[in-house]
Amino acid sequence: MIEVTNLHKGFNGEEILKGITTTFDRGKTNLIIGTSGSGKTVFLKCLLGLFTPEQGSICYDGSVYSDLNEEEQRDLREQMGMVFQGSALFDSMTVEENVMFPLMMFTKQKREEMLERVHEVLDRVHLENAEKKLPSEISGGMQKRVAIARAIVTRPKYLFCDEPNSGLDPRTAIVIDNLIKEITEEYNITTVINTHDMNSVMEIGEKIVFLKNGNLEWEGDKTQIFKTDNKAVTDFVYSSNLFKKVRDAQLKGL
Amino acid sequence: MFYLDDIGRYFLMLKGVFSRMTKGSVIRNLIFKEIDDLIIGSLGITVFLAFFIGAVVAIQTALNLTNPLIPKKLIAFASRQSVILEFAPTFISVIMAGKVGSFITSSIGTMRVTEQIDALEVMGINSLNYLVFPKIIAMLTYPFVIAIAMFTGICGAYIAGVYGGFISSSEFLTGLREEFIPYHLVYAFIKTFLYSFLLATIPSFHGYYMKGGALEVGKASTSAFVWTTVSIIISNYILTQLLLS
Repeated sequence: MIEVTNLHKGFNGEEILKGITTTFDRGKTNLIIGTSGSGKTVFLKCLLGLFTPEQGSICYDGSVYSDLNEEEQRDLREQMGMVFQGSALFDSMTVEENVMFPLMMFTKQKREEMLERVHEVLDRVHLENAEKKLPSEISGGMQKRVAIARAIVTRPKYLFCDEPNSGLDPRTAIVIDNLIKEITEEYNITTVINTHDMNSVMEIGEKIVFLKNGNLEWEGDKTQIFKTDNKAVTDFVYSSNLFKKVRDAQLKGL
Repeated sequence: MFYLDDIGRYFLMLKGVFSRMTKGSVIRNLIFKEIDDLIIGSLGITVFLAFFIGAVVAIQTALNLTNPLIPKKLIAFASRQSVILEFAPTFISVIMAGKVGSFITSSIGTMRVTEQIDALEVMGINSLNYLVFPKIIAMLTYPFVIAIAMFTGICGAYIAGVYGGFISSSEFLTGLREEFIPYHLVYAFIKTFLYSFLLATIPSFHGYYMKGGALEVGKASTSAFVWTTVSIIISNYILTQLLLS
């Protein structure tokens, strides 16, 4: 579980996050949504420890990040997996080497043991025959799956995903969403996903945090989001023509 | 103030490079890869450049020695001194600032743009140590490149001088050995070691701290070349003052 309390973060005098307080539960897919410029990425980078908040605290299963010393912070980071928006795979390494990378860095396992684990996670993300390929030789959807495999290979306690299905076709996006949800439940990890894709919200939004101009505007789950009368949330949800038409049809009793 | 800020950040980067070392087995493989990319990959162009620089120096010296009282062996002497003292260490390093420097800046810059550096940081890896330290160690073998450049440059001078009909082979070999001061080699290699450090770190700095996209990677590569060259030229002046005067 991750508990965020009164989180403030700004750059060059401009406040981006304005006192966010929320909780992300273990074993659930927690979504951060909001329009572009709402502070989602800054919030996620604060959760990852890449940005230091000016005020407030982030508590990971009882450990407040800012209270930890450098070594403890590093140990905590080793328990985090991250799927970046652009996958961020190391382009000079093969798929197998990319996934094996965290094991090489942080474990003393033998190469055979590492390879066994790598193939186990590659099987888990349905990438059995791509291990010898370079990231440039596989599709965007496959790259995302490699990034997920790399993020979970060390059995992390926390999984962070920054717009994991951006740039993917709707069908592949659903596959990636479902994969993340399955892995979250299977490994019982705390997953936080940064997205503005309403399909993801509908598919996997067990807890949703809506940000607007750096403030936490609303939080709930995927059923509540369609019932809320918060104008900012409804504007966001029904900015999609499809959702607007579905709502209009429901109102007309069709 | 802007430059002072950059200089400060450069030294902070160096501090970061030498702290929190990456696992030995990983860094060893990276060092070998960097030696292959930065050093072995530069041998061809270095040999080519040094050979023709040596040859041109010999021809220029020969054409300017019009006084019959000046012995022809001076062609070999002047070529040796020029190649060992300046052309091999400094001129080749300026060329390397373009070749190796732009390679380092663009590779690290692309990693920044594509969030690969963020990925390293999230994993709890000291990205500065992981990316820059192997390059510094690999560049410690750079003096071997310069030694080869010195040898090839003198070979070029010999071939151009002797086969161009400016000087006989025996005169050239006599001139080559005349008043040879071994300390000049020490001076040249001290310079080369400093240049190797500048060649590894200044382009890394520009790549690591760049912001933006593909266009900015190009700009960072250009500014890395400019600043590495400026640093090499200034340090050449200072070292020459300190070591030779």
